[in-house]
Amino acid sequence: MLHTNTITSMSNIDALPLQVNNLHITKNGNALLNDLTLTIESNDITVILGPNGAGKSLLLRTAHGLELPNQGTLRWNATTPKPQNAWRAYIFQKPVLLRRSVRANLEYVLSLHGIDKTNYPSLIDAALEHTGLSQLAERNARVLSGGEQQRLNIARAWVLKPNVILLDEPTAELDPNGTASIEHLIKTIAQEGTKVVMSTHDLGQAHRLANDILFLHQGKLVEHTSAKVFFEKPQSQTAQNFIAGKLLNGD
Amino acid sequence: MVLVLNDFSQAFSKAFQLIFHLDPALLEIIGLSLRVSMTAVLIASIIGLPLGAALALYKFYGRGLVVALLNAFMGLPPVVVGLVVYLMLSRSGPFGVLGLLFTPTAMIIAQVCLITPIIAALTRQTILDANVEYYEQLRALGAKASRMMKTLLWETRFSLLTGVFAGFGRAIAEVGAVLIVGGNINHATRVMTTAIALETRKGDIELALALGIILIAISLIVTSIVMSARHAAYQHHN
Amino acid sequence: MRRIYITLLFLISIGAANANEETFITLSSTTSTDNSGLLEYLIPKFKNKTGINVRVIAVGTGRALQLGERGDADAVLVHHKTSEERFVENGFGIERRDVMYNDYVIVGPRKDPANIQDTRHAAQAFKLISKNRVPFISRGDDSGTHKKELELWSLASVDAQQYSGEWYREAGAGMGATLNIANGMDAYALTDRGTWLSFKNRDELALLFENDPPLFNQYGIILVNPERHEHIKYTEAKQFSDWLISNEGQQAIAEFTLKGQQLFFPNAQREIATFETE
Repeated sequence: MLHTNTITSMSNIDALPLQVNNLHITKNGNALLNDLTLTIESNDITVILGPNGAGKSLLLRTAHGLELPNQGTLRWNATTPKPQNAWRAYIFQKPVLLRRSVRANLEYVLSLHGIDKTNYPSLIDAALEHTGLSQLAERNARVLSGGEQQRLNIARAWVLKPNVILLDEPTAELDPNGTASIEHLIKTIAQEGTKVVMSTHDLGQAHRLANDILFLHQGKLVEHTSAKVFFEKPQSQTAQNFIAGKLLNGD
Repeated sequence: MVLVLNDFSQAFSKAFQLIFHLDPALLEIIGLSLRVSMTAVLIASIIGLPLGAALALYKFYGRGLVVALLNAFMGLPPVVVGLVVYLMLSRSGPFGVLGLLFTPTAMIIAQVCLITPIIAALTRQTILDANVEYYEQLRALGAKASRMMKTLLWETRFSLLTGVFAGFGRAIAEVGAVLIVGGNINHATRVMTTAIALETRKGDIELALALGIILIAISLIVTSIVMSARHAAYQHHN
Repeated sequence: MRRIYITLLFLISIGAANANEETFITLSSTTSTDNSGLLEYLIPKFKNKTGINVRVIAVGTGRALQLGERGDADAVLVHHKTSEERFVENGFGIERRDVMYNDYVIVGPRKDPANIQDTRHAAQAFKLISKNRVPFISRGDDSGTHKKELELWSLASVDAQQYSGEWYREAGAGMGATLNIANGMDAYALTDRGTWLSFKNRDELALLFENDPPLFNQYGIILVNPERHEHIKYTEAKQFSDWLISNEGQQAIAEFTLKGQQLFFPNAQREIATFETE
């Protein structure tokens, strides 16, 4: 398909591995991310897990170029990320949609990245279909339900066929139905070959989605293992306590 | 009190007479008022909207000073604006060769000077507020500053209309500036407000008040047309 | 950016489009001639004859002369001979001509608390007002009327200025506004007859004194010196000046009435003294 070619050539960079070296982020004298070093190579779902204030959002933001490290580096396949990169999309917990139709919201993203207008209809129709929004295409984005809004938010990321999608607590504001449909979408995205990195404080969600767990606590990387290992034999005491539902030190 | 009520009822009946007879002199004056003020609002919006948005979004040396000036200029006395524009356009002034003094163009220029600061300052505030909501999202989507500005202007269009109409209200209601640079010439530069001033000066309070009533009615009609259009569009989009 | 400039120019030209590309001159004159309706009566006659329209800027005498000095008017029709002569001496204007005169009247509360109705001289009336300390509203705006009023005070040997803020009030306003204030304060005021006749907001205000030669008021027309401003429409302005002092123009001035009263008395090429002795 023509549009696929266009997009592939645009975002044809191999995003992985993600390499983080001695990453420090300090704000107002507080070390919010403290000496993180890790490498992610596998192209499936990575979940950043941890209690509130662990530094999950900050790590994701840094991975999208929204924050700059005070020390150390974060690189996607040796490239420092910038928010303008079309090969990577970022999903906020609470989407800010534009005051226009669902379709126009998607057109907006395509125009930001200079996509040829003749490709708009096919790209948009595909994204709407994937996210189940085809019926709502001409509806004003601001009147959608919370779940529909978050699906549009994901469609807005997906319409560019990115190599990486970063999601910051994407279901935190949704009811169980909305959460289920977003989790389903995330799985589909991953199955189609897009690298997913998402944060959550919801253990059950991590269990349902993760192939790979980054467990953060108080700005430090406590554990980085496969989901299977993490849930069956957590190596650190902190992770064991977290899984057991106990309060963690310093909380 | 009874006397005052009597004055008003006379003025109202005079106003209705003028309107229903479609007095050609009155129509000419109303037409010029609308033409001058609407053109001024258009031009002031073309300047003030991007200026206000840029002041909200771009950091540059001296921005604080520009913002302070803008806020000060919002309350500029029309007479002062009129005098400055007069000195600029006078035959002895720097733009005298253009021969614009005592023409509708001069009145448009004076009104643009009066209302651009209002539109720009209100736009700046609206965009600042909207930016709190939109900034992170637009940045994460990859929008650059210039694109962000355009997007925010479009997203806040309904709120911005309020600022534009504050400008229109001031333009159509002011008398000091247009009197000085327009000269209140019959059949050339006489508008509603200068006609009201003239009739008051002549002691024809009844006619002056009748014209005032018509001016208020016109302002109301224009504003309500735009506001209902805005309401309809808003309903459609939200 | 370029597109914006083009749009701006386009909008300005729409707003400016004044359609009729008529020939016109700009005449700066006083509110008394304009508000009375005299110019509105004369100009169509002149336009019929010559095809030239006259656009009138009605302001105070001082400002009218200043408009001429700056080149913002082609001719000046005002009523303060000393200022007019100085204007010509300074080279701002040329060819000053007497055109007509009108007269001032003293108005005040109908009950006439200073009892000026029975006096025979304007100066005496002013003396009575000051003696009785009845409020008097002065234009206080350096207009021709204001200057005339100051002359009358000095004729009455009263230094009204020293009572400023007491019974002597300086309005700093035009004739109509001054009359509005006089009406509101039950005060006396000096006004030209034309403004008085067309003034509607009178209530208890009445004409109390008139017809004394010191109250006569000479109007002159001056052409703005074309050597100082090259855009000045000297030829057309001169046509207007010529017409005003022609038999036709003078007759038109005499014909103009307001509420049945003649307001302006043509006296081109004659001395005002001849009228004073009449």
